[in-house]
Amino acid sequence: MNRALPWIVPAAILLIWQAASQFGLLSGQIMPAPTAVAQAFWRVTRDGELLRDIEISTWRAFAGFAIGGGIGFVLGMLNGLSGLSEKLTDSTLQMVRNIPHLALIPLVILWFGIGEEAKLFLVALGVFFPIYVNTLHGVRSVDRQLLEMARAYGMRERAIFWRVVFPGALPSIFVGLRYGLGIMWLTLIVAETISASSGIGFMAMNAREFMMVDVVVVSILIYAALGKLADTVARRLERTCLAWNPVYAEM
Amino acid sequence: MNVSVLSAAPDTELRLSYAGADVSLRGVTKSFGSQAVLHGIDLDIQAGQFVAIVGRSGCGKSTLLRLLAGLDQPSSGTIAIDGQTRGWRDQVRLMFQEPRLLPWQRVAANVEVGLSHAAAGQDRRRLAFEALAQVGLSGREKEWPAVLSGGQKQRVALARALVSHPRILAFDEPLGALDALTRIEMQALIEQVWQDKGFTAIVVTHDVSEAVALADRILLLDAGRVAMDVTVDLPRPRRHGDPAAAAIEGRILDRLLGR
Repeated sequence: MNRALPWIVPAAILLIWQAASQFGLLSGQIMPAPTAVAQAFWRVTRDGELLRDIEISTWRAFAGFAIGGGIGFVLGMLNGLSGLSEKLTDSTLQMVRNIPHLALIPLVILWFGIGEEAKLFLVALGVFFPIYVNTLHGVRSVDRQLLEMARAYGMRERAIFWRVVFPGALPSIFVGLRYGLGIMWLTLIVAETISASSGIGFMAMNAREFMMVDVVVVSILIYAALGKLADTVARRLERTCLAWNPVYAEM
Repeated sequence: MNVSVLSAAPDTELRLSYAGADVSLRGVTKSFGSQAVLHGIDLDIQAGQFVAIVGRSGCGKSTLLRLLAGLDQPSSGTIAIDGQTRGWRDQVRLMFQEPRLLPWQRVAANVEVGLSHAAAGQDRRRLAFEALAQVGLSGREKEWPAVLSGGQKQRVALARALVSHPRILAFDEPLGALDALTRIEMQALIEQVWQDKGFTAIVVTHDVSEAVALADRILLLDAGRVAMDVTVDLPRPRRHGDPAAAAIEGRILDRLLGR
């Protein structure tokens, strides 16, 4: 019974929505009925269009994430460990951070046209900062007493990094990772909607031109599902990697 | 010949090769900036002796311990372990006031930290399990530190300090954060492993009664100098509230409080 409770409201909304469409209260040009959306989903799945678009969008998202997240992680570690590196780069990065990366879209289109590079660049830039900031914070907040213990017990620098610094920074890195995943999808949606010739955003804009509202709604739902999926995977990973932390052990 | 004698043989061998080391300080000074914390300390500690260092906060006792553990270098003077003035860092282990366990490593892996790079693979696990058995934590090897009580964590820290068979074990207020009953248990445990292993023990504490309960010799540090050097020649195990111990404690407290 308790497990069913949270589903009552969404189910009711779906029913009311369906009924409103059925009785002509809601125009199909504004919002198609849930059944119409389901039919559209089945149609685009069957002719293979959807899978192709999901594939290309997912590839863009994760390639951009790997580039931006990778650079953010390395710079965060470097600046957390080396005072010289931090002095040299941190204030510059903090200045760049104040530019909303989506504001760069016109410039990015001028530079790269509407090809893959433009989307990868925007996603990478958007993902970079949450990963960078949280990695840096994680390294800085590693317990000084544990570092002193490791030195007193003769641990070498490499061992100190892998056994003390990295695991100590990991909870914070995960915060950056999950935040970065959110920004990754958001950036991709905007980039694909403005300029693309494939991908889910393109599918949505294409459907808009032909007034296929049902397909537009399908694209929106697919974005939501992909975002949820990425977050769920990140949570799982977090729970496995941070099993030592009582906060995660109970969940 | 029976089996128990055979299995006892390596133990005696260990005892011989790992027994305590002599410590000798000559003119050891430590300054931070213009602030001198230790003023030319000369000190000899015999191998296997149990020494307690007491004093007010800021008297330099923790600084002295950090020098002995090799965490800091003296500004001048020398520290020799068994006559060697360098290369002795691996022979000394330091136990901190806090357990300082790695929360993301299980209990056995935390004890293995104490082995650093000396032992390999299978041996590491076996040595860690043995050290945990010595501190009465057999069966807890696979737990996360977070599920242990404060006293159990400190026992894991003791196992980590013991696992490499150090010849000198330095304690920095190791029982300061424990409740009264756990303290007494830990004191007994430290005394027992010290008697088993024969290492040189150096304990920094602000608790004079703890010093009298454990030590062969008590050094009172005042303003960076050894102000008092008391031999405690009482039979072990010592009972709390013993009148002879109370007399020694009274003498040291009088000196500490300037009475």
